[in-house]
Amino acid sequence: MPSSLFLLIGITLMYSTPLVFGALSGVISERSGVVNIGIEGMMMVGAFTASAVSYFTGNPWLGFLAAGLTGAIIALLHAFASITFRADQTVSGVAINLLAPGLALFFCRRLFDNAAMTPVYTTLPKLFGDKALAGTPYASLNVDVTVALGLVAAVIMWFVLYKTKWGLRVRAVGEHPAAADTLGINVERTRYVCVIVSGMLAGFGGASVTLAIVSQFTQTAISGQGFIALAAVIFGKWRPHGAYGACLLFGLAQALTVILGGGDIAIPSQLMAMLPYILTIIVLVLFVGRSVAPKADGVPYRKGAR
Amino acid sequence: MEVSPEYAVQMHGIVKTFGSFRALDGVDLDVRKQSIHAILGENGAGKSTLMNVLYGLYQADGGELFLNGEKVSINSPTEAIKHGIGMVHQHFMLVENFTVTENIVLGEEVCGTAGVLDMAKARQEVVKIVEEYGLEVDPDALIEDITVGMQQRVEILKALYRGADTLILDEPTAVLTPQEIGQLIKIMRDLVSKGKTIIIITHKLKEIMSSADECTIIRRGRYMGTVDVAQTNEAELASKMVGRHVNLHVEKSPSRPGETVLSIRDLHVKDDRGIEVVKGLSLDVHAGEIVGIAGIDGNGQREFVDAIDNLVHAESGTIEVKGKQIQNTTPRNTIETGVATVPSDRHRWGLVLPFSVAENSVLERHNEERFGKGIMLDLAKVEEFARGLIEEYDIRPEGCESQPAAGLSGGNQQKVIIAREVSGEPDLLVAVQPTRGLDVGAIEFVHKSLIRERDRGAAILLVSLELDEVMDVSDTIAVIHDGQIVGSFEQGTVTEEQIGLLMAGGGSK
Amino acid sequence: MKTIVKLLRKPIAASILAIAVGFLIAAIVLAIAGYAPGPSFAALFNGMIGKPKYISNVVIKATPLILTGTAVAFAFKTGLFNIGAEGQYVTGTICAAIVGISCDFPPVLQVPLVILAGTLGGAACGALVGWLKAKFGINEVITSIMLNWISLYACNFVVNVPAFHQPESTSTYAVNPSSYTMILPKWKLSEEGLATLKGTPWLYEVLVKTDVNVGILIAVACAILIAVLLKRTKMGYEMRAVGLNREAAQFAGINVNRNIVTCMLISGALCGLAGALAVTGLEPHNISTLAAFENNGFNGLSVAFIAGSSPIGCIFAGFLFSGLIYGGQSVQQVMGAPSDIINIMIGTIVFLMALSQVVPMVADWLERREKGVANA
Repeated sequence: MPSSLFLLIGITLMYSTPLVFGALSGVISERSGVVNIGIEGMMMVGAFTASAVSYFTGNPWLGFLAAGLTGAIIALLHAFASITFRADQTVSGVAINLLAPGLALFFCRRLFDNAAMTPVYTTLPKLFGDKALAGTPYASLNVDVTVALGLVAAVIMWFVLYKTKWGLRVRAVGEHPAAADTLGINVERTRYVCVIVSGMLAGFGGASVTLAIVSQFTQTAISGQGFIALAAVIFGKWRPHGAYGACLLFGLAQALTVILGGGDIAIPSQLMAMLPYILTIIVLVLFVGRSVAPKADGVPYRKGAR
Repeated sequence: MEVSPEYAVQMHGIVKTFGSFRALDGVDLDVRKQSIHAILGENGAGKSTLMNVLYGLYQADGGELFLNGEKVSINSPTEAIKHGIGMVHQHFMLVENFTVTENIVLGEEVCGTAGVLDMAKARQEVVKIVEEYGLEVDPDALIEDITVGMQQRVEILKALYRGADTLILDEPTAVLTPQEIGQLIKIMRDLVSKGKTIIIITHKLKEIMSSADECTIIRRGRYMGTVDVAQTNEAELASKMVGRHVNLHVEKSPSRPGETVLSIRDLHVKDDRGIEVVKGLSLDVHAGEIVGIAGIDGNGQREFVDAIDNLVHAESGTIEVKGKQIQNTTPRNTIETGVATVPSDRHRWGLVLPFSVAENSVLERHNEERFGKGIMLDLAKVEEFARGLIEEYDIRPEGCESQPAAGLSGGNQQKVIIAREVSGEPDLLVAVQPTRGLDVGAIEFVHKSLIRERDRGAAILLVSLELDEVMDVSDTIAVIHDGQIVGSFEQGTVTEEQIGLLMAGGGSK
Repeated sequence: MKTIVKLLRKPIAASILAIAVGFLIAAIVLAIAGYAPGPSFAALFNGMIGKPKYISNVVIKATPLILTGTAVAFAFKTGLFNIGAEGQYVTGTICAAIVGISCDFPPVLQVPLVILAGTLGGAACGALVGWLKAKFGINEVITSIMLNWISLYACNFVVNVPAFHQPESTSTYAVNPSSYTMILPKWKLSEEGLATLKGTPWLYEVLVKTDVNVGILIAVACAILIAVLLKRTKMGYEMRAVGLNREAAQFAGINVNRNIVTCMLISGALCGLAGALAVTGLEPHNISTLAAFENNGFNGLSVAFIAGSSPIGCIFAGFLFSGLIYGGQSVQQVMGAPSDIINIMIGTIVFLMALSQVVPMVADWLERREKGVANA
């Protein structure tokens, strides 16, 4: 029994990791006051970049970093629209979700003989080395190294947001940009930085799919994780630790489907798969209710307008 | 005026335009060191614009700025802060869910290594300034939990924490009781005696007379001169400000109260955080009478009006309009019972800004058959109705019925709301802060409209934070404190000081 | 110059400019990737309108897009972001399939019944989201995303229910032919029909080679109805008021919560209708296991935003979107250029629509500059 419990934990962590990066991406952006619906698209670009770079260089770590970079570049577009041009952030995010996967698949086909998938390549190692713990009941606890990276990212973000001056400023900008402005905090620059970091994290999220969970980029590498991450942000009340918890819940649900789906349990696997989403709604109704977004979330800042 | 180090701030020939609008047209300001200097002007005269230029929020299109006799240019609040200028904005610039300490240190945080906050040390520093200047406030409280007066102190502390020598206070008394105003003036005097220079922006003459040393007057973006306060009087200041002789008093005939229209008994209401803020309020308003509610912001005014309008749930008690209980029904029911409300915040509650003036003019009665048969809405008929109101209430610009309400001036937006509310000939008109942010002409219009409605036989409930307004316009003055009516007087039988004492919770019922 | 300024002030100017720049960016990307833009666009338009069959297919594919686009635009106008269009569409297909397989009435009864089932399914989904928002204040985005997944798995569940499952496939049985909404489905394949159609080749191509159906008429009618509802009725007035300033609407005695539920219900109904029309009007007239979303609803978001959230605009944006997607396949066949260029193009257009407020600003700037010149 412990080994199946470990298996459950292992799979939970595996599936929750891309969500964690995605949700952290959402938290940092929205905390600064920019709604980011485009996480899905940014993850897609990250997933592709990670594969392509890992394939061509043979170094998955380079792929991981490159994914952060391309995610950030796409985010720059969103930042440009929502901060400099004060565009409708929802519309811009939806555009990113079309544009980014379009770019990823376009270049995928261009580079790999018109195939909407990459060849197989080297992925990131396991946390304790690829051969460690093999054959022991703990084997399934030797999770992907990205799991640890996701946790570290969450801890860092929590620390930065709540324990450093930059965090205090980011939170102030997301709540009351005019107040921050009058104290000499550059609202636009703060938001730019946060949105770019958001894109980088989303890129990492994509990479943690194609460099850990699967070893090939396909058209459906990212299918909805970005949106679930978005839900996790709201579920976690725009806090890194809350969002992390929400991602674990979604990961657990997915893991249960995988484990129970294979067995001879009477519940059809499709209904099992539905469960986490139904559960989320019920939890929101019963416990969370009206979640309060940062006050200036989604509101472009116009100097002098009050 | 000569440039000299005797002056903390000198602004000469300042010009600022927004598009084609010239907000400041060659304004001068010379503020002596260690003095209290008032800037007087109507709403929209350009006072705040001038101060925003000084504070680096706006860049002037022309003119020169000197601090302590030296020419400088200030391009951002950061530079202003560096030059020792601090500003307390009229709408406080405080992050509501941050603590007092967090708000004060924001932007100039106390840090250990690598940007890690040292909040314990920050707290100590805040406590030090609090004690030095005697500005008592709890450093650990959340902004959303403290009173407006306290929030203002936090704003002053923010400036002092940054080492400000010159403090700009924008309309600092708008939200205070007479007693709090007294305290503020004392604080200002203390600060001046400790070497600070203070600029206050205001349109209230009485405060200038009681606090300022000198006063610069601005009218429609133009410089109207600087006077020594000791050598002038309220009437002179008023005519300089408005540009004509103004009657500072509201003219009206004595009221002839009729039957009781609104009767509230033992009303209890909780605010959106679940805290009881209306605690057993009882009040009567009669036909043909204006009852003014005096009180400090946050004493339950908003919630008890919201309860009349059925926007919030009343925990207990009754609200009767013309003998019919309306509490805990629907906003629709309140309106249909004959209650009209001019809300406190016209952008938030009063208008749908992107809607045209015509669309706004039927916000409460679009369902009537005259605006379209059955489910259809006939825009032509709505516009025709709006044109009637525009003419009757002289809403500018002419022919604005098809323009978005957002494009109108504040005064004209308020006229749209009043026209709409009054056009239904309500039995009870509730007006909350009806003159907020309006210039003298528009204020006169609003007051006249209220009196005209009274004379038509409506019952008027006026809720205002401006004590002068309540004292001048009301036939009966009721004081609200801590969710209860703690005193009620006929006009002319009570002094401002007595009311102020009750507002602050002093005295007995 | 004055006419340019005037044209720029028109709301449609932003859409047209965005589309033009979208093509330009696509051309640049194609050129960089080594494909000649000119012939690529030629292939695109040829694949869109080169044959009657192509046009017919573009129209067929535009049907769900117009409906889901209108649904999203409508919700957006009333202050709600319906990212759940996808799930509502899927629910529509599920309900239509279940009823279409289970019942077999004469077409005159069956067709409305099946379509109604799908519409109600979508409406229920939307209304649930609205109700959760109105009653508990739960953000509609989160519930919509959850319901998207729930409906995806519900679809897969229904496909595997023995009563519906078509053996040795990943789909259900087809709905009974009495539910079909194609134009003259039996006649066009009868000997008589084929004989008649041979005389007019284009009609033969359109009717026999494609699933041309009544859906498009319904979709266009719905978009117009929604436009009238928003602009010309008291209900629409209330909905817009709620969308633009919820607090002022509440203050004026408008029942905000009821409006939120109604708006989401209508929006969901349109998506469900789109799903039902796909089942009744298109081969294979069934639903199959979904591995991922098919984007009929998500594309509605793009359509709505290209249209600047105007329901009438959604008709045109729907055709454009459908044409680009369908014609895009030819770009790949003819030029070998990845058809994903179309997504880049559409993404760019939507992105530019987000920036659309720049256009009137440019008009202002041009006007001022001209005045400046005149004054000088």
